[in-house]
Amino acid sequence: MLAEALFLQLGYNATLVTLGAALLGIAAGVAGTFLFLRKRALVSDAISHATLPGVGLAFVVMVALGGDGRWLPGLLMGAAVSAAIGLLCVQWLTTRTRLGEDAAIGAILSVFFGLGIVILTVIQTMRVGQQAGLEGFLLGSTAGMLRNDAILLAVSAAAVLALVLILRRPLELAAFDPGYAEATGWSLGRIDLAMMGIVLVVTVVGLKVVGLILIVALLIVPAVTARFWTDRAGHVVIIAGAVGGVSGYVGAATSAIAPALPTGPIVVLVGFSIFLMSLLFSPGRGVLASVLLHRRYQRRVHMRQGLLALAQGQPIFEALTRRLMCRDGLILPDGVATAEGQAAAAKALLDETRWSLVRADNSFAVAATRYDGLTPIEDVLTPDQLRDVDSRIAAPKAVT
Amino acid sequence: MGPEFVALSLTPLLIGICVAVACALPGNFLLLRRQALIGDAISHVVLPGIVVAFLLTGMVATGPMLLGAAGAAVLAVIAIEAIRRLGKIEAGAAMGVVFTAMFAGGVLLLERSDTSSVHLDVEHALYGNLESLIWLDANGWTSLTDPAALAGLPVELPRMALALLVVAAFIFLFWRPLALSTFDEGFARGVGLRTGPLGLALVVVSAIAAVAAFDAVGSIIVIAMFICPPAAARMMTNRLGHQVAWSAGFAALAAILGYVLAGYGPLWVGASASVSAAGMIATVSGIILAVTAVAGPHRTRGS
Repeated sequence: MLAEALFLQLGYNATLVTLGAALLGIAAGVAGTFLFLRKRALVSDAISHATLPGVGLAFVVMVALGGDGRWLPGLLMGAAVSAAIGLLCVQWLTTRTRLGEDAAIGAILSVFFGLGIVILTVIQTMRVGQQAGLEGFLLGSTAGMLRNDAILLAVSAAAVLALVLILRRPLELAAFDPGYAEATGWSLGRIDLAMMGIVLVVTVVGLKVVGLILIVALLIVPAVTARFWTDRAGHVVIIAGAVGGVSGYVGAATSAIAPALPTGPIVVLVGFSIFLMSLLFSPGRGVLASVLLHRRYQRRVHMRQGLLALAQGQPIFEALTRRLMCRDGLILPDGVATAEGQAAAAKALLDETRWSLVRADNSFAVAATRYDGLTPIEDVLTPDQLRDVDSRIAAPKAVT
Repeated sequence: MGPEFVALSLTPLLIGICVAVACALPGNFLLLRRQALIGDAISHVVLPGIVVAFLLTGMVATGPMLLGAAGAAVLAVIAIEAIRRLGKIEAGAAMGVVFTAMFAGGVLLLERSDTSSVHLDVEHALYGNLESLIWLDANGWTSLTDPAALAGLPVELPRMALALLVVAAFIFLFWRPLALSTFDEGFARGVGLRTGPLGLALVVVSAIAAVAAFDAVGSIIVIAMFICPPAAARMMTNRLGHQVAWSAGFAALAAILGYVLAGYGPLWVGASASVSAAGMIATVSGIILAVTAVAGPHRTRGS
């Protein structure tokens, strides 16, 4: 069943919804990257929660006008209007009052959501409100979507993606190098406005798929995930789009075979699993890579200290040091140095002596900054400089 | 204000006030420390904690659920910190990743497991059911002195009052260190305060308030009360003591007005049924914030 869903074998509507969710995921991943890099990720949380009163009011208005309250384009328009009002309120509170952006976000999201809940309870008491199904907007529900709604979803998701790709240049510029963007004549305020506009559209289109509580995850998780894999501007955007696309695709496909499950949580958990894998296993920033790097560094320090001790004829007590040196054949299990060990120890001692001369001499100040107790001095100085240093080493010290 | 009021409205009102004040008090410090959204994160992750506790014990009991919720809150704080440090990710984004994922996990667990027999669903988690916490044993104001009737009080009331007491005691006892570390963390460390554990303690106390409140009123009102009353109070004064007092007043006002509007407002305009009290309390707190943001004496930076 899952395989069928993943390969789009479940009929026209389900296929449209799945493809639409994938397109939406890509758009959200890309747009979210800019949001994340501008350090305004959680503004989208305020935007998404602020859609609820609009959805409710649109339903009420459409019923009052004698139409069907569940007409999706109308509901989404209402959502967009109230989300825009919420966004303006956040901006106003941040710029005109002493509140920080985090407080403004929290205030707007909770108040608008509270108002939305009030309107939902009003709708429940209306005669036509019993089967309004507006709860689907909280957590997303794509199973059994009507043909028209599925088409609307797929088309608008494609449109959002196109919009994001058209505006990619200025957005990238503002996200990665705001100073340069301003210097070359872009207005940061306008770019931010465009970015917020895109986020708003992504949120509104995503309402039916992911739901307003969790849509923020579709904007944030892909961007955060992508940061683990690369530091390059263009690549972050591409990877984030891919992560978002996969999340939306798998989430919508899974939800097609399990209609009882809300779509949003599945989409979010798929994205989160990719994030978790990246957190653990990505090269460079991942946890595993960090641990390995740390272990390597630890070994090098132990080895160096062991060799220096050997060179000065001191016994080695540290268990890890003994084990490492024994494994490399530098000492015998009883702690006595092998021929190889003696050579390596002499080399380490020479290195250390050279370093101490270099660090004491101001003319080597630049080279001395690279001293960390591990780097061989041959990596830092030229052979000429080394000869110069060696000439200053006094007669070999007697080993006592 | 007859016997009906005591039986039907007194306890929800009192619980609402306790919730509002218990959340607003630590909210002041979270707001000033620019951690306002911690309340948002905590109230989202409470859901998976409660669901897991329910699945493990198989019953809706207060103790395990509070433990589960508190455990989830602590786990979330640790996870946010870990992601922030390991991935060098900005705090807001790390928070967004953690609380959405945990909330999604909670929802899926809830939908997959058989909880239809008990009173546990997503809507309830979001906006609670303040109106249902009525005091059936009461038959007038005299019940307040009647031990038999008092035994029938909804269990949420004493629990919430206790949470309020814990929060208030914490803030009263640690007033000076909290104020110092909030305004000048470097100085606070300089005079020997351990600001790290203090900050964590503040988060834990906030979590206690959120978890206790969650069961009674749902998460949305908790977020609103963490942020709106302190933010409104911030517009009124520059003194921390006054701000905390204002915020408690605003919180209580929002709770009372919100409950009354939700319960009786629809009747005044001719409708028959009431609307969600939790939603209305959040809305009223937003209106209070809007008024102070437009007219408060200290609304702008530097005033």
